[in-house]
Amino acid sequence: MNLSRARHSLAPWARIAGLAVCALLTLGPVIWTVSTSLRTPAESFDLPPKIIPTHPTTESYRGVFDQIDVWLVALNSTLVTALIAVGQMITAGLAGYAFARLEFRFKKPLFGLVLATMMVPLQVTIVPVFLVLKSMGLTDTLLGLIIPAFPTAFGTFLMRQYFLGMPKDLGEAAMLDGCGPWRIFRSVYAPLAAPGLAIVGVLAFNYHWNEFFRPLILETSGQNYTLPLGLVSLQGNLGTGSISVVLAGVVLSMIPAVAVFVVGQRPLREGITSAGVNR
Amino acid sequence: MTTNTQANTEGNTQVPAARQRPAPPPADNSRPAARTRSTRLLATLFLAPTIVGIVIFTVVPIVGSVVLSLFHWNVIDDPSFAGTANYREVFADSTVLVSFRNTLVFMALAVALQLLIALALALAVNGRMPMWLRSVFRSAFFFPLVLSAASISVVMKYLFNQDFGVVNWLLGLIGIAPVPWLTSENGAMAAVILVYVWQQFGFSFLLFVGGLNNIPKEIHEAASLDGATGLRKHLAVTLPLLSPTLLVASVVGIINALQVFEQPYVLTNGGPGDSTRTVVMVIYETAFEQLRFGPASAVGVLLFVLIMAVTALQFRLSRRFVHYQ
Repeated sequence: MNLSRARHSLAPWARIAGLAVCALLTLGPVIWTVSTSLRTPAESFDLPPKIIPTHPTTESYRGVFDQIDVWLVALNSTLVTALIAVGQMITAGLAGYAFARLEFRFKKPLFGLVLATMMVPLQVTIVPVFLVLKSMGLTDTLLGLIIPAFPTAFGTFLMRQYFLGMPKDLGEAAMLDGCGPWRIFRSVYAPLAAPGLAIVGVLAFNYHWNEFFRPLILETSGQNYTLPLGLVSLQGNLGTGSISVVLAGVVLSMIPAVAVFVVGQRPLREGITSAGVNR
Repeated sequence: MTTNTQANTEGNTQVPAARQRPAPPPADNSRPAARTRSTRLLATLFLAPTIVGIVIFTVVPIVGSVVLSLFHWNVIDDPSFAGTANYREVFADSTVLVSFRNTLVFMALAVALQLLIALALALAVNGRMPMWLRSVFRSAFFFPLVLSAASISVVMKYLFNQDFGVVNWLLGLIGIAPVPWLTSENGAMAAVILVYVWQQFGFSFLLFVGGLNNIPKEIHEAASLDGATGLRKHLAVTLPLLSPTLLVASVVGIINALQVFEQPYVLTNGGPGDSTRTVVMVIYETAFEQLRFGPASAVGVLLFVLIMAVTALQFRLSRRFVHYQ
């Protein structure tokens, strides 16, 4: 009894200290990025790294704006990400509702089709997708990134579960009051769907804001670059010369993702854990 | 495409009709039929964007991949039937073979490391500690997931630099000589794995935390009363109960790892030599740098088969090891 109590009183501190070290290692690269971006280029390579800059400067941030058209690239990323997020909320909300609450022919096979496509990695189909977009004249356009991302198998699945979780009585009561199927959706169920749609939207934002593979293949001219693409090419242009400029660019591109992390951590966490195959 | 326009014209007539319905109640026996019809039209309208999109951008491309893999085509000349020529070409290509080997090695090591770290941290976070501290740790481990793999790889390229990188400096503090991370074959693979795991372990971690929360407290208490403590309790009691979550985490981890691209592309560009070239990098280079769509599609089909096979095998094995409550 005594022995086990001694073990219990000692272990928690070791455990928490271990966790703290791991948390520091996890956040370390991000802390280093922020602090190096605020140092003068001459201090970039200082070891040990000066976590708190001796001469804080935003010079590197001006450097990013000189090197690439940050406004244009950020605008592209914002446009692509926002339109995909809104588009996915609409398509997933509507299709999810249909699968959960409407009766129609071929419901099961159609839902099976949607689920099956969750298993198909994008990288496997990218060549034909590229050719389809080329035939539509959508390669090297932002629309070519946006439109194929509208349908979302996972989002549809998630919204179906969400609508299934709502009480059936609500719709039946509305039906007895003489509401048609559209009115039942519009006035009864749709207003309750916001938290589910938030998960779909936040997940879409997180994924597509950071997306690299499709933009790399589709966008060939610099004016259509999104942020990750712009940053990787920024590094290519600069070599290892002024790493603080590259890191300033990385920090700028992180801001919206971090904002979503802070504001929408709960839906993001729920979404990621239930997503599984979403990537 | 025709389905889409059809759905739209149906929609234009249908939606106002549905809106008007409540006003004049029609004769009783005509109502159910009208309702079924309008429900079907609404369903068509609601499903059209998703189904049409999935058909154009997933179903057709899957079939297209298989078809393309059976043809010679370089975009300029007309395609001609190739039979299994592309597959034979791919199997004779040492770069392709090496990329499959690299990807499998990467997958085995990265997923094992990712699950191990995530499990250890989830168990540690699950122990007794103040609420606020737990949520600080949880947020910290989850944070890398919201960053861009490409941009973070740009950062990591500096951190793993042999001469001025922070990683080697830290290792130097505990007496380890500078590691040639990005310039030696094993070092490059290790760096790619570490960067990937750094970003991905939070996902498995979240799954495990959720799984641990679902284990009833009484089971732990009963185990403690029987004298099981620490590691033994976890091995004998927690792990079997966590096995469904372990299955999900490993399936998803493996599927994701087999598709690794950003980290090797940015960190090493497949080098030195071909030592970190992955299957997806080969698909990208073959298709979009060399414009050899046939062989690229063949590699894509092979990757798809590999992913399906590994997943099927895993579910098969799991029947023996996974315990559902």
